[in-house]
Amino acid sequence: MSSGKRPFDLDSLSRRQLLMGTAAMSAAALLPPAALAQQFPTAKVNTTGLAVTDTEVTVGILHSVTGTMAISETGSVQAEKLAIEQINAAGGVLGRKIKFIQEDGASDWPTFAEKAKKLLVNDKVASVMGCWTSASRKAVLPVFEQYNGMLYYPTFYEGLEQSKNVIYTGQEATQQIIAGLDWVSKEKGAKTFYLLGSDYIWPRTSNKIARKHIENFLKTKVVGEEYFPLGHTQFNSVINKIKLTKPDVIYAIIVGGSNVAFYKQLKAAGVDLNKQTLLTISVTEDEIDGIGGENIAGAYACMKYFQSLDNPNNKAFVSAFKKMWGEKTVIGDVTQAAYLGPWLWKLTVEKAGSFDIDKIAAASPGVEFKEAPEGYVKIHENHHLWSKTRVGRAKTNGQYDLIYETANLVEPDPFPKGYQ
Amino acid sequence: MFGGFTLQELGSIFAMQAFAGLILFSVFLLMALGLAIIFGQMGVINMAHGEFMILGAYMTYLTSHAFETYFPLFFSAYFFFAMAIAFVVSGALGLAVEWLLIRHLYARPLDTLLATWGLSLIMQQAFRSIFGAREVGVQLPDWMMGSLPVTDTIEVQINGLFVMGLTLVITGIVALLLFRSTWGLQVRAVVTNRTMSGAVGIDTRRVDRLTFGLGCGIAGVAGSAFTMIGSTGPTAGQLYIVDTFLVVVFGGAQSLLGTIASALTISQSQSTLEFFMSGSMAKVLTLLIVIGLLMLRPQGLFVLKVRR
Repeated sequence: MSSGKRPFDLDSLSRRQLLMGTAAMSAAALLPPAALAQQFPTAKVNTTGLAVTDTEVTVGILHSVTGTMAISETGSVQAEKLAIEQINAAGGVLGRKIKFIQEDGASDWPTFAEKAKKLLVNDKVASVMGCWTSASRKAVLPVFEQYNGMLYYPTFYEGLEQSKNVIYTGQEATQQIIAGLDWVSKEKGAKTFYLLGSDYIWPRTSNKIARKHIENFLKTKVVGEEYFPLGHTQFNSVINKIKLTKPDVIYAIIVGGSNVAFYKQLKAAGVDLNKQTLLTISVTEDEIDGIGGENIAGAYACMKYFQSLDNPNNKAFVSAFKKMWGEKTVIGDVTQAAYLGPWLWKLTVEKAGSFDIDKIAAASPGVEFKEAPEGYVKIHENHHLWSKTRVGRAKTNGQYDLIYETANLVEPDPFPKGYQ
Repeated sequence: MFGGFTLQELGSIFAMQAFAGLILFSVFLLMALGLAIIFGQMGVINMAHGEFMILGAYMTYLTSHAFETYFPLFFSAYFFFAMAIAFVVSGALGLAVEWLLIRHLYARPLDTLLATWGLSLIMQQAFRSIFGAREVGVQLPDWMMGSLPVTDTIEVQINGLFVMGLTLVITGIVALLLFRSTWGLQVRAVVTNRTMSGAVGIDTRRVDRLTFGLGCGIAGVAGSAFTMIGSTGPTAGQLYIVDTFLVVVFGGAQSLLGTIASALTISQSQSTLEFFMSGSMAKVLTLLIVIGLLMLRPQGLFVLKVRR
């Protein structure tokens, strides 16, 4: 392992705690693991030389634990380790315990590609949970396609991509944007929008979709659209501009450290988010930790998951997560999506009855995870997830109140027609 | 974009915009002061400047927690203590770094660039190991939040006023030290002619160490103040470093006045341009203006006239 972090210490957590925290117990898991493993002999379930033995299967975790992105990716690593522990406690996958090899992408895209190759070629991992930014995913994609690996990618992202070798457990852009805009237009009677974003592919693509939807479908108006370099810390000028144009909705897709500066300065400038509607798709509970709840209370966020979701799956998930990683940790949208990765992989392997990449790629569509903290998810033919869109309102304690959720699961549409 | 507004509304927008420009000016000046005096005195570009700022920010974070737990009554005043602690801790680390690292490299100025860059990576990872990879939220006393209504339509941010006041005080102190103290006299002598200063009995090594410590200490105070407007995380220092270099290089090394003038020029052009175009374009144009002026005056805005 190249990371400085110690792998999760099993001794600190009793098996009973793990079992209690385990929301899902598949039927197969009720059999003793050894018997199950005999039922699926290694030679049969692994015809391509992956790291699968009679008792173990190795997967990879590939995130940044150093560098700029460590802020964001830490939560994903924690969620994936939790899922793996829970799956092992519930009997593993086809009777085999999951072992993981963690590699550090170090917030550097070529490093991601190199480590992906190492995991696939040297370690022969059966699947990889990893990546966070689109740039890192784009860097590893050719590696996964060339060496035929399987990547579970957790972040909500801009869409315009689909691969046999990737399962996208986060939302693509339309799933996150359209229902939220419909809601704000209907509930708040919003007629004018001010679009803001950090200057790179995800905010730009997302705002492009938002603008098309606002202008062509809602027949309302965009009064301003602005981008700021990543790491921008001075927003006073644009805040004045917003005051001048008085939009009904500020639509913000600002990321990273800029986020903190933006909300602090917005509050200091006397913009009261209880009166001014602000809708964001880039601030999860993780980000609020840095921004400070008092600075963002009243803002709306459009996500598929909030830590405060009131359902039994989520309660079990939140308490297991806090037990493992500390009472103070918060769980954002992406962290939950990362948690889905190992579970979806396990369910897919069991459905396919094989660890072979080609077989799980083919078996993925239709796989359902009923114990997902966000409720229920299903993999679509395009390897994205069917999931609900939700709107939450930020509170001073850093949590969101669920305000609205779509009645049905929203179909993933990575190549939306009419929005290009 | 100005159609449909009354003269009064426009007036107040311009007033607030002017104020936004002044805040940006204070922020730039505060960021750059520490770097400028180090660069001016010793020709060392401290690549870890941003990390010293974040050290100050983390000290503020710790102080706020300490006050919340042990002296909740005085919470509203903790910020002043935090700035003092930030100054002392960053300054002390600065002195240590000078003694351990920088002084061995004076003969090789380019290597100091590499060494301080390495130092910045070490500090980032240290922050990450100690405080965690996630950003921390620094809670501010209530009186520092929000804005003062000057008229019905003009509002002035309190934290903006605070940063402006702080910048004024610190610049004043630095100017006083430079032009009225023995240390300042020695600094100016060393800047003018290092060999000659040594020959007349000035301990140039000692002057260097003090300057480096002072520069880092000021960075710490700046970082402490910036918890009001920006984020506190292991890599947040990187957000400031580019603007800081820009101000120092554009101002011309070795001149306090140059740093002030340069911060003023860059902040005003950036904040005005940002109002009329998108943030990214404003940055591009600001950089073009700076490059253009640097082509005309490669030595920066203000330079000491020295016979070499």
